[in-house]
Amino acid sequence: MVPENLLYTKDHEWTQIQGDVAIIGIDDYAQHSLGEITFIELPAVKKKLNVHDTIAAVESSKAASDVYSPFAGEIIEVNEELSSRPELINQDCYKSGWICKIKISNPDTRHLMNSAQYEEYLKTI
Amino acid sequence: MSFIANTQEQQKKMLSEIGLSMDGLFSDIPKELIAKKFNLPSGMSEFEVRNRLAELAGKNHIDLTCFLGGGFYDHFIPAAVYAITGRSEFYTAYTPYQPEISQGTLQAIFEYQSLICRLTEMQTSNASLYDGGTALYEAMMMALRITGRNKILIDDSVNPIYRVMIHSYTKNLSIALEETKNEQGLINRKALLEKLDDNTAAIIVQNPNFFGCVDDFTDMAEAAHKKGALLIVSCYPISLGILKTPGAMGADIVTGEGQSLGLPMSFGGPYLGFMATKKDYVRKMPGRIVGRTKDKQGRTGFVLTLQAREQHIRRDKATSNICSNEALCALTALVYSSLLGKEGLKQTAQLCADKASYALQRMTSIKGVKSRFEVKWFFNEFVLELPANAAEIAGKLIEKGFAAGFPLSRYYQGMENSLLIAVTEKRTKQQIGMLAEALEAVL
Repeated sequence: MVPENLLYTKDHEWTQIQGDVAIIGIDDYAQHSLGEITFIELPAVKKKLNVHDTIAAVESSKAASDVYSPFAGEIIEVNEELSSRPELINQDCYKSGWICKIKISNPDTRHLMNSAQYEEYLKTI
Repeated sequence: MSFIANTQEQQKKMLSEIGLSMDGLFSDIPKELIAKKFNLPSGMSEFEVRNRLAELAGKNHIDLTCFLGGGFYDHFIPAAVYAITGRSEFYTAYTPYQPEISQGTLQAIFEYQSLICRLTEMQTSNASLYDGGTALYEAMMMALRITGRNKILIDDSVNPIYRVMIHSYTKNLSIALEETKNEQGLINRKALLEKLDDNTAAIIVQNPNFFGCVDDFTDMAEAAHKKGALLIVSCYPISLGILKTPGAMGADIVTGEGQSLGLPMSFGGPYLGFMATKKDYVRKMPGRIVGRTKDKQGRTGFVLTLQAREQHIRRDKATSNICSNEALCALTALVYSSLLGKEGLKQTAQLCADKASYALQRMTSIKGVKSRFEVKWFFNEFVLELPANAAEIAGKLIEKGFAAGFPLSRYYQGMENSLLIAVTEKRTKQQIGMLAEALEAVL
């Protein structure tokens, strides 16, 4: 079940754009593949990013995986609650399990997939 | 028995199959790199080999009275250490790849980690690293990861062997490694503080330093923290029996060479690197970590923990890919320290310091021999300023039965006449007197 109002990357990040701010998280496919998430290394606020820079590292009991930025820009907020409750990503990856907010420098989203395209993509992997 | 398993017949067949000659097969190797011939005499029998090896081994001066230090020390090793560590159950250099099945090995490593934490007064330790030098390099890389900065300050009173290692590891990385020149045998505080800036990841210091001088780096830890940098301290574990610990000074990462904890001095090791840090930085620490836990039935057990940092999960993004531990050496350090106990370690450290103090007094009573630095505190090592070339004098003293010390000219310009002398609890007053007499005779 892929939420319709979001955009997706091939690395399984989701993003929601509100004005010039993008909220970033990992999707249900990613959280399910990782399994029980035990730790997340969050980025520093004000960190400058290029597209596909690493913004976070998610560790589970069986794997560790980097989260990449879908946009160039600057981190303006991180979800501090994940430090003490990383399991929020498993429980509610699209809402309370969000990872960070980025002030985007370029609103172009052509490199991202909408929910229909992403659902098709998921069938291929 | 041939080293190459296939016959010439088979080689010919394989070559014809791919349509190449032997020369053609190796054509990618530059001509000048291909050996024209090998100096390989015909084989020997086992008996002959033994004799040959015994003959070569006989060339070593194994009966020298040892005043050599410089990071590796001639401490007494109780026979019980070998009796315990020699048990075949412990014979693996690695933590096992199905670790939890080896509860004994994991428990030993867990206790070793506890030992390192107690010695250094730090919160967490890993399962060990190769040696003191690689441990210091790993600490430096860890500081870069933690801070996201790329400048490192290191004083040249840190063991030059470690500094050489750090230089070769970092040569092709974009790390600004800046070295300061010691000030009268202690770290160059002024230069270090001047260079300390918002891009500095860490200051690296050593206690006791390479010249044996003892310092308190509390001020440096404070200065580093004010700038958001870390303080890395390399230390000598035996000295921690009596000296202020790096933890008490506020160090962020502590490393050192564990050889002095029950491992013999041998060229090339195996040695033992240890590393401890603050709990906040545990995820940035390289190497394996053993944790204590409870199983389903509430029984205590040991596991490898925080493995997501490691290469079998993290691959190229692991905290380190050259940090296999030295489990048997770590076990040795644990057994040695347990046999000594808290008081024993304190006594050993005190004996080293007292005997070194006597030795310095005795040596400097020789005409023309002085202490190189105006030392306020030193542990078991000191630098003598001789009236002649130290390397030559050390050479002459070998003939008289002494490994008299480490001539500093090898790593320090302008210290041609300086000899670094180490004294452990094993050295007697008589041996110190004999060294002094021998020194006087060759000067």
